[in-house]
Amino acid sequence: MMSKKVVKHVAKLARLGLTEKEITKFQKELSKILDYIEKLKEVEISKVEPTSHSILLKNVMRSDEVNSKVKIQESKLMDLVPEKKEGYVKVKSIFQ
Amino acid sequence: MKGEKLTIKGIHQALMKKEFSALELTKTYLNRIKEKDKEISAFLTINEELALSQAKAIDEMIAQGREIPILAGIPCAIKDNILVEGMKCTAGSKILENYIAPYDATVVRKLKEEKVIILGKTNLDEFAMGSSTENSAFFPTKNPHDLKRVPGGSSGGSAAAVAANFCVLALGSDTGGSIRQPAAFCGIVGLKPTYGAVSRYGLIAFASSLDQIGPMTRTVDDAEIVFEVIAGKDELDSTSVEFPNPNLKFETRNLRLGIPKEYFIKGIDPEVEKSVKNAIRKYEEKGIETLEISLPHTEYALPCYYIIAPSEASANLARYDGIKYGYSIANQKTKKLSDIYFESRGEGFGAEVRRRIMLGTYALSAGYYQAYYLRALKVRTLIRKDFEEAFKKVDFILTPTTPTTAFKLGEKIDDPLLMYLSDIFTVSVNLAGLPAISIPCGKLNELPIGLQIIGRPFEDRQLIKIAKLYVD
Repeated sequence: MMSKKVVKHVAKLARLGLTEKEITKFQKELSKILDYIEKLKEVEISKVEPTSHSILLKNVMRSDEVNSKVKIQESKLMDLVPEKKEGYVKVKSIFQ
Repeated sequence: MKGEKLTIKGIHQALMKKEFSALELTKTYLNRIKEKDKEISAFLTINEELALSQAKAIDEMIAQGREIPILAGIPCAIKDNILVEGMKCTAGSKILENYIAPYDATVVRKLKEEKVIILGKTNLDEFAMGSSTENSAFFPTKNPHDLKRVPGGSSGGSAAAVAANFCVLALGSDTGGSIRQPAAFCGIVGLKPTYGAVSRYGLIAFASSLDQIGPMTRTVDDAEIVFEVIAGKDELDSTSVEFPNPNLKFETRNLRLGIPKEYFIKGIDPEVEKSVKNAIRKYEEKGIETLEISLPHTEYALPCYYIIAPSEASANLARYDGIKYGYSIANQKTKKLSDIYFESRGEGFGAEVRRRIMLGTYALSAGYYQAYYLRALKVRTLIRKDFEEAFKKVDFILTPTTPTTAFKLGEKIDDPLLMYLSDIFTVSVNLAGLPAISIPCGKLNELPIGLQIIGRPFEDRQLIKIAKLYVD
């Protein structure tokens, strides 16, 4: 069983605000899912390479220039910002 | 035209012959949605005004005697995790409830160039995480074949919209079965293309190494037409690839179909198994050889998926921070920056999304990375190799799409693990990046059953051909 302490730590890493009730709920649910996932331990993997992508991909590089094909109006993006000031995205101060 | 189930080619010809106008067609579909979607709830947004003006433009083209593209005037629905400029795109989440898409997804741009009529955006499990569309933050969608049952998920709104004849084609997205499973539950055709065959630009990311957009239609012919329009390399998605030239040497007498024994196991409804076996027999009757094969790591696909998909999701969903866009408590004066992150995300994301973010964050965190994430990536290699070995012996693999027919609303929603198990036959395909299609192959108590056909990477066109062979 995953401890409450671990659930709280993971929630902090994930920046998720959880209530005490939710922490208890997640403790049970995540433990059950992880028990099921334990099944993977049956597989012999010592000589296996990992697959992060199903098709062979190389890094795709391009020069750092404005791509004229991407036509997104700046105003449309700024319209979506919850808090802004003088055309900038506003963030709370982090230094007191 | 009233109530009739039309195909893309049928509509194209009727428009050209002026049997009906694009405007009449669009109005018929919009009216049907207005009348009947109250009970099915397939749509989150309807695009009436724009749809009607687009239809008028097509009628003008026809009146002027101009050629119209094959998809011109075709009533279409888009899953609400794919961006259509100027329309809301919620991903079924409260966190994006008021998000207006600032640009078109590449697939949407391509469909618009073909002059489809976008009628609206369809419901889904929040961020495409789910198998029943009950995880939508807004309302559940119902299965048109039985309103007490789920349409499947996560593309449940798209599947229900096609099945209810609210549109002729819909786009879905498939990360672990989200096109194929609802297609099977709703008795329609759902194609998940090879990973990289279709651009993901403008698809709200869930698990980037698994996500793929594909068509959901009533016929295989229609799926083929849509696939040809949306496939291809896109500069804006660096994982998309140039689709290989169609080298269609397709002679049925040389084909071999593999039936993996691991897909006919305890837990599968005997009637579903019978239907799928009948479908296999139909291929045999056409003189195609079938043989039993083994995909030995099948039982590990689901636990492997439930490490990899949540891990990628936890990284992808980090962007919802209450600062740039989406649900935010930033306007509350007393709060500090960290509160904005914790509270905006805690309040904006639903239960299943939070569960998966937690699971993924845990699997990637220090001390657990090797035991969970890295191990899952290695098991993924073994699953991929199972298929590579199998495809040395056979050209296609046939399985049931799902172990059962559509389940009841509420039946699995309180047990996440039980819900995950409904994807047991579909997740391997995403882990291996393969193309797969679900086509209807029978019914049990009026509920549709799906046959899944899996092909080699980038043999999507051949896959479509073999699916057509079943229907013919």
